[in-house]
Amino acid sequence: MPDFTPAAAEIFLIGAICVVLLVDVFLTDEQRRLTFRLAILSIVGAAACSSYFAATESVTGFSGSIVADPMSDLLKMFAYLVVALVFLYSRDYLVRAGLFKGEFFILGLFGLLGIVVMISANSMLTLYLGLEILSLSLYALVAFNRNSATAAESAMKYFVLGAIASGTLLYGISMLYGVTGTIRLDELAAYFTTTATLDVPAMLGLAFVIVGVAFKFGAVPFHMWLPDVYEGAPAPVTLFIGSAPKIAAFALAWRVLVEALGGLHDSWQDMIALLSVLSLAIGNVVAIAQTNLKRMLAYSTISHVGFILMGFVAGTDTGLASAMFYTVTYALTSAAAFGMIILLSRKGFEAERLEDFKGLNERSPWFAFMMLIVMFSMAGVPPFVGFYAKLVVLESVIDAGMLWLAIAGVAFAVIGAFYYLRVVWYMYFDQPAENEVALDADLDLRVVLSANVLALLALGLFPGGLLDLCSRVLS
Amino acid sequence: MVTTLLFYAFASVLIIAAVGVIASKNPVHSALFLVLAFFESAMLWLLMEAEFLAVVLVLVYVGAVMVLFLFVVMMLDINVERMRDGYTRYLPLGLVVALVVILEIGHVIWYRSQNLPFLTVPEPNPEGYSNTRELGSVLYTEYVYAFELASVVLLLAIVAAITLTMRKRPGLKVQDVAKQVAVNRDDRVRLVKDDAGTETET
Repeated sequence: MPDFTPAAAEIFLIGAICVVLLVDVFLTDEQRRLTFRLAILSIVGAAACSSYFAATESVTGFSGSIVADPMSDLLKMFAYLVVALVFLYSRDYLVRAGLFKGEFFILGLFGLLGIVVMISANSMLTLYLGLEILSLSLYALVAFNRNSATAAESAMKYFVLGAIASGTLLYGISMLYGVTGTIRLDELAAYFTTTATLDVPAMLGLAFVIVGVAFKFGAVPFHMWLPDVYEGAPAPVTLFIGSAPKIAAFALAWRVLVEALGGLHDSWQDMIALLSVLSLAIGNVVAIAQTNLKRMLAYSTISHVGFILMGFVAGTDTGLASAMFYTVTYALTSAAAFGMIILLSRKGFEAERLEDFKGLNERSPWFAFMMLIVMFSMAGVPPFVGFYAKLVVLESVIDAGMLWLAIAGVAFAVIGAFYYLRVVWYMYFDQPAENEVALDADLDLRVVLSANVLALLALGLFPGGLLDLCSRVLS
Repeated sequence: MVTTLLFYAFASVLIIAAVGVIASKNPVHSALFLVLAFFESAMLWLLMEAEFLAVVLVLVYVGAVMVLFLFVVMMLDINVERMRDGYTRYLPLGLVVALVVILEIGHVIWYRSQNLPFLTVPEPNPEGYSNTRELGSVLYTEYVYAFELASVVLLLAIVAAITLTMRKRPGLKVQDVAKQVAVNRDDRVRLVKDDAGTETET
């Protein structure tokens, strides 16, 4: 009889998904809100499971397939929070767009399950299965609006490229298995700490695994899918893809690169540094040319991924803790940014062009101010959390003796500030278009979105607690 | 000796078939080449004493997946000429990229081959060893978590496929099973009095 407690949250989530799936079948369209409530309730229940069975030390379960440690508990909590935010923001939009179906929430819960499985994986097989659960639900979600040809097109692109990336990852894993004879992460780590030299198959395996990880992050040069998918998908799906899976990508990189292949840090450091600096350059420079806000945020995601990877390049405890801090705060910031797009969207109209934000200050001073905070945070203006996240990552890189990377990071962040500030300019110094109507979003959306944005300010003013937590769970 | 010869024979046919999949003009031929490739890989697995997996590969991939694939390929009216439009245009670029990649891989392998360890041939399993039994003894014990997750992937695939394909649009012909079951004889059969045989006047 295996010990089920390390997988309590996963097991609860699978059960909850089956219940929601069955209940949803018997609901009429008018009762569909029950599916939404049950989905939120499932997330709350999973969070309760995670906190009740919270691990004080690293515990493996199911013959070493999974591991429960404080790091996984913290990341899971943030994943629950972000997915719950996604559901709360999406409901209003989906109702107005006529897309309010139970499948959105069920596929979203499946995606959350994939993220949670990846976070506490202790074997390459578990990691890969979690990744597949997440990816499959995302492919289906992108094509969710079947009346949209662009959504179908971007889902197709995402699917084909994602399948290739999964194949690459598997190929690398199989090579590592061939060399070491194990797929368990702790045994891989033991192998590579005792064997210092790296032979050809292991080197190739490492390279293939990094390609797979980079694709899931959306790091240059494996970023091609990102702008098209962000633009083509309906706003709630873009919100989902842009926020929660980043936590999963961090967990994937952490488990594979640091935990399993940490002994090979010297071998992958240069590869990740290259990915990081390319992501910073391409992401920030190309974002300037975008007129579509979703595309602009896609390129901005690429540049933020560059910063997250910097923490891995440093490889020190503080570097990894700052990468984790960056990831969770970016997921919250990204959720707020896409939440703003949803707030401004109406039936048959996606507020995705930069012009749609023109003169927002006159229409709604409060939400113009909220958007200002989000943009400033993304650009890295103090005192918002984006500034502090960038600061700690850069510090860790300088401590690791890679000054050139830090300088490149700062230079491209300054270039990047231009396009964030352009949005602020549009909101405050431009006249709104003639036919703009007042915002008519529901009260709960307004309240939750405001709370989310104010959290960015609060975390920027008092970042110590979260950063402390990140470094404590990683050590 | 015989095993080595067999390995090289199967492996070379496998490579030829794999090239055939992407090189043949007719998509049906590509699919058939893929069948051959699966079959040859199954043979390689047999050589590695993975009998159960070899049989499953043939049954599932050749027997089920590829037959479905062939149906789809034959039903779709694929315009092969149009798909090949860009082929010659992008061929030089593709060749250059391929050459660079080959050179890079070659360089890495050459660079590292100075102290490349040669893998030893694995010991053959003793007589009476059953691959199937070994698989069965770990599948539901050691790998039960991965096994359950794989079933979740299948459930997700079902949900996703139904989400993307099932739609209610006007004019759609659907079965109502309840109505079909509740049907009476009178709804389907109408007895008509046949008056042939009686004389009629015109």
